[in-house]
Amino acid sequence: MNNRIHKILNTCRKTNRKALSIFITAGFPGIDATPSIVKTLEKAGADIIELGIPFSDPLADGPTIQHSSDSAIKNGVTITTVFDIVAKIRRDSDIPIVLMGYVNPVMAYGMEKFMKTAATKGVDGLIVPDIPVEESGEYREFALHNNLAPIFLAAPTSSDERLKQIDAASEGFVYCVSLTGVTGKTNGLSDNVSGYLKRCKKCITHNPILVGFGISSGKDAHDLAPHADGIIVGSALIKRIQNQRNGDYYPEINAFVRDLREGLDNN
Amino acid sequence: MMKSYTQPDIRGHFGKYGGKYVPETLMFALQELEDAYTGAKNDETFQNEYHTLLADFAGRPTPLYFASRLTEKYNRAKIFLKREDLCHTGAHKINNVIGQMLLAKKIGKKRIIAETGAGQHGVATATVAAKVGLDCIVYMGREDTRRQEPNVNRMKLLGADIIPVDSGTQTLKDATNEAIRDWVTNVRDTFYVIGSVVGPHPYPMMVRDFQSVIGRETREQLSQRQISSPDYLVACVGGGSNSIGLFYPFIENDSVTMIGVEAAGYGITTQQHAATLTLGTPGVLHGNLSYLLQDANGQVMPAHSISAGLDYPGVGPEHSYLKDTGRVRYESVTDAESLDAVRELSQLEGIIPALETAHALAYLRTLLPDTTAGETVVVNLSGRGEKDLGTIFKELHYT
Repeated sequence: MNNRIHKILNTCRKTNRKALSIFITAGFPGIDATPSIVKTLEKAGADIIELGIPFSDPLADGPTIQHSSDSAIKNGVTITTVFDIVAKIRRDSDIPIVLMGYVNPVMAYGMEKFMKTAATKGVDGLIVPDIPVEESGEYREFALHNNLAPIFLAAPTSSDERLKQIDAASEGFVYCVSLTGVTGKTNGLSDNVSGYLKRCKKCITHNPILVGFGISSGKDAHDLAPHADGIIVGSALIKRIQNQRNGDYYPEINAFVRDLREGLDNN
Repeated sequence: MMKSYTQPDIRGHFGKYGGKYVPETLMFALQELEDAYTGAKNDETFQNEYHTLLADFAGRPTPLYFASRLTEKYNRAKIFLKREDLCHTGAHKINNVIGQMLLAKKIGKKRIIAETGAGQHGVATATVAAKVGLDCIVYMGREDTRRQEPNVNRMKLLGADIIPVDSGTQTLKDATNEAIRDWVTNVRDTFYVIGSVVGPHPYPMMVRDFQSVIGRETREQLSQRQISSPDYLVACVGGGSNSIGLFYPFIENDSVTMIGVEAAGYGITTQQHAATLTLGTPGVLHGNLSYLLQDANGQVMPAHSISAGLDYPGVGPEHSYLKDTGRVRYESVTDAESLDAVRELSQLEGIIPALETAHALAYLRTLLPDTTAGETVVVNLSGRGEKDLGTIFKELHYT
């Protein structure tokens, strides 16, 4: 498989650049806001965009993403809306786009139809946290068939053997969850994260590894950069959007992403 | 006779339902649990401790009671009540909790978490945690802490921490979301005691096995009365643990008609009900694929039932399988019908049933006219109604 994700991560590897992947909930704070937020993120130094498909019961997410997901649902966001947003972004951007969402809305839409439409609209990869490798048969088959990268998650509780299975099932990259917990923890990275990422590096040999969960500052980015091929940030950015009551969050998120970029680059 | 029943398969699938739809972080804990449970089945020490606790602590076997005045009222089949309400803590929930708590001890987990709707599972978990000396945290929707206050107080007295959940509909679904988030965070030292035949594999299978003591005792107690086999089994279905516990030992016997009764809330033509099998479509919630109340976009819809224990938009995956195969029939009754049934059983038999249980009793009005005098109906009297007195008095306008 070779799509925009592979290309950017190959370039990153060759140029010693650490990849920065940013998550935002599609349609939050408004449906029209997402394409312009993505443009800001791209300009500020993001390499990959993860668009969250909102779900009523996001059980791997903490309060920040629960809230943005609820808002998006109230804004009327459905999978069809998310595809429209992707198409809009694709008019003037070639940044890799990964859709991240829970399995139920995807099933309700129809697994095969979902993959076909995603590919047509310009999606490159998928992250579905409640589909572990064991349940991934049909999902993975339809994704690969449509040149979409199925990205599986690895956790600190995954055995070496499971890490190898996750690597074998994944395309694009493996999403290494930095901690046991939900998204949005802000009390710093855990002490043994470097040991865990060392183990990931040893077992995950086919794919680059991007680390996410609990990364909320340029310093976190800087500390993690030596141990992974890139990082993923979501809640910390969404919190900055939520906190801007006057609605002009662009300067804030621009500065934040630049800070993360700097943290990654100054190694 | 039906050919032998072997669900679930090795990966926890009941036909296409069930499975393990959970974040990777939890996968090792599910494997650890499955290994411990498989080992416990042939571990004599574990089995002895389990059966001793069921007998001396939970008070098993529970009686199979012939409801003579209720039988007289309809003048058709004989009606028996399996008295799970007489279990310690007042419902069948403790059968499962004892089993899971012993597994927690065996694996070496120090901290117990649980979700609860009506509070019966929470009380059972707090009770057994106190007995074996483990810390216990119970997640309960804010709305449910209001309507089931007596159970909140019982849990507090038993030493459990109650965490009210303010997200979503503030009921069982949201309490379960929060419990799973806690579990993902503290999975290394925490055991999640799930209260029904829901969640990821191996929970639906394991909880069914622990609850099937209900059906096994029923079969033996009927045979002591020279009844070789019942004709009808009736039980309420929320997640579906009391019903599967009664049904499972009879599942290969085709002459037994099994009926699961769901909560129709204000009625199945309204948007306010919890009739998941009657009106839902297959989807994934809380780690398994099963029937689900959801909208066209796959967002989970809020359920409604007067009974907090049935107020859940999902259902155990084995019930979905049994519905599709036609082995079990699923019906529904409304809030109002269940309230009538509470009053009826209280005044005809001197037994105050839980609102959940009353749904099964209410269905007798539909079922009994179609039965004959030589037939036998067993209703699982899954819990007692003291916890519901506030709701019942308000709704029935007692003063």
